[in-house]
Amino acid sequence: MDEHVRDGFPILQRTVHGKPLVYLDSAATSMKPTAVIEAEARFYRESYANVRRGVYELAAEATDCYEGARTAVASLIGARPEEIVFTRGTTEALNLAAWALGETRVGPGDEILVTEMEHHANLLPWQETARRRGARLCPVAVTPAGELDRDDLRRKLSPQTKVMTLVHVSNVLGTVNPVPEIAAEAHQVGAIVVADAAQSVPHMPVDVRELGADLVAFSGHKMLGPTGIGVLWGQRELLLQLPPFVVGGEMVREVWLDRATWDDPPARFEGGTPPIAQAVGLGAAVDYMQAIGMEEVRRHGQELTALALDGLLSRPYVTVHGPRDPAARGALVSFSLAGIHPHDVATLLDQEGIAIRGGHHCAQPLHRKLGISASCRVSFHVYNTIDEVGLFLEALDIVWKALG
Amino acid sequence: MSYEEIILDHWRRPRNKGRLPHPDAAAVEANPLCGDVVRIELGIKDQTIQDIRFEGEGCAISLASASLLTELVQGKPVLEAARVADEELLSALGGVVRTRLTCALLPLRALRKALASGSSET
Repeated sequence: MDEHVRDGFPILQRTVHGKPLVYLDSAATSMKPTAVIEAEARFYRESYANVRRGVYELAAEATDCYEGARTAVASLIGARPEEIVFTRGTTEALNLAAWALGETRVGPGDEILVTEMEHHANLLPWQETARRRGARLCPVAVTPAGELDRDDLRRKLSPQTKVMTLVHVSNVLGTVNPVPEIAAEAHQVGAIVVADAAQSVPHMPVDVRELGADLVAFSGHKMLGPTGIGVLWGQRELLLQLPPFVVGGEMVREVWLDRATWDDPPARFEGGTPPIAQAVGLGAAVDYMQAIGMEEVRRHGQELTALALDGLLSRPYVTVHGPRDPAARGALVSFSLAGIHPHDVATLLDQEGIAIRGGHHCAQPLHRKLGISASCRVSFHVYNTIDEVGLFLEALDIVWKALG
Repeated sequence: MSYEEIILDHWRRPRNKGRLPHPDAAAVEANPLCGDVVRIELGIKDQTIQDIRFEGEGCAISLASASLLTELVQGKPVLEAARVADEELLSALGGVVRTRLTCALLPLRALRKALASGSSET
């Protein structure tokens, strides 16, 4: 990674508690490069109007910017622009998927497969769909090594399985799930496959055709883009069959007082004025990452993850959660310190300007399975450096000395 | 890089830790965000806190705060204990960073709940 990449992120120039900021919580949200901040500001300054409806020049320009972002996102994941639905984020994308599939594909006695390693955002929408439709929610087990139990998955797949949903990269374990293989197995029983790609698309090359899922969700704010913008990618044929989740302006063909007809996807799923400037910012984030190259983003993330893993595994007071092989992981590592609560670790590191996560990372069932109430997590993006991993590991020794 | 000495001391050597055989009042408070749980048990006689015990699981700040709180209110009239303000406990702890106030105040919430539940008992 070019050493000047970090300089392009203004917030990383600031200090915290008098120390240079070492930001190791990109799995929660990533920082923004000047290119993204400026793209959003420039859009407001120069090209802003509502999209799709206006007949004046400025509205046409704003629509071009918005649709340009859609094209950029599509090119990042090997999709067609008309398959990209803009949402508020991964959570809304998965709620849309769970609701629309519930309406059309899931009925009483049917089954929805989830996994024990899901973020709450890919668990709760399916709990609600199962409850609403009288279906059963079946969790696929996680092995002690932090991988999906493929035998358990095969046992639970059946003709009753209407939906199989799973996380691509776990936000706690870091595990990269073999979505293509699992999707193929699920498709054999006729299930629709949904992938939560919130921790993968921002960090590695993802081609939705190779991934093999039917619906894929991710967020802009974890991939150097703004908050309030996310994506649901869907197979065109499937999107055409799904009903809208949010109804109102900009998503209809014709409206009568007692009924309406829906526009085609993606407009059908983008009721109301969308997050236009945020989409433009996301487009700039995609351009920024593609200029670096997603292969290089992945290589850098793996390099830092390998260093952090090495350092953590060599410390006897640390327990690492998830796979030991950095190649089998996203750009994050979760861990525990013997007898010390993660919030104490995070608070003491914060005094050194080092921002790490302590908590259950919105995955309570997984932590229950691991037998812990919470864990610590470090996660990386393009702006993190080898030196920062070293600073973190040295500071961790001091935490252990103070509290251990 | 560490906590105030008083927090470390109460965390390492907790006071009044355990259970009462016949508590007159008790309450549990939890912070589901981090899994902190604190249980406070009271032995009340003549409207005064004669005995107090705590049990808990969680971070150093919540456990140290529980330990310190038991010393703070033991022997106090119930009405006085119920009036212990957040700031009083926080300053007794030597100050707590703002991101951890909920941890520090969890035991006080449990105490107030226990006192409210046991208010009719003597």
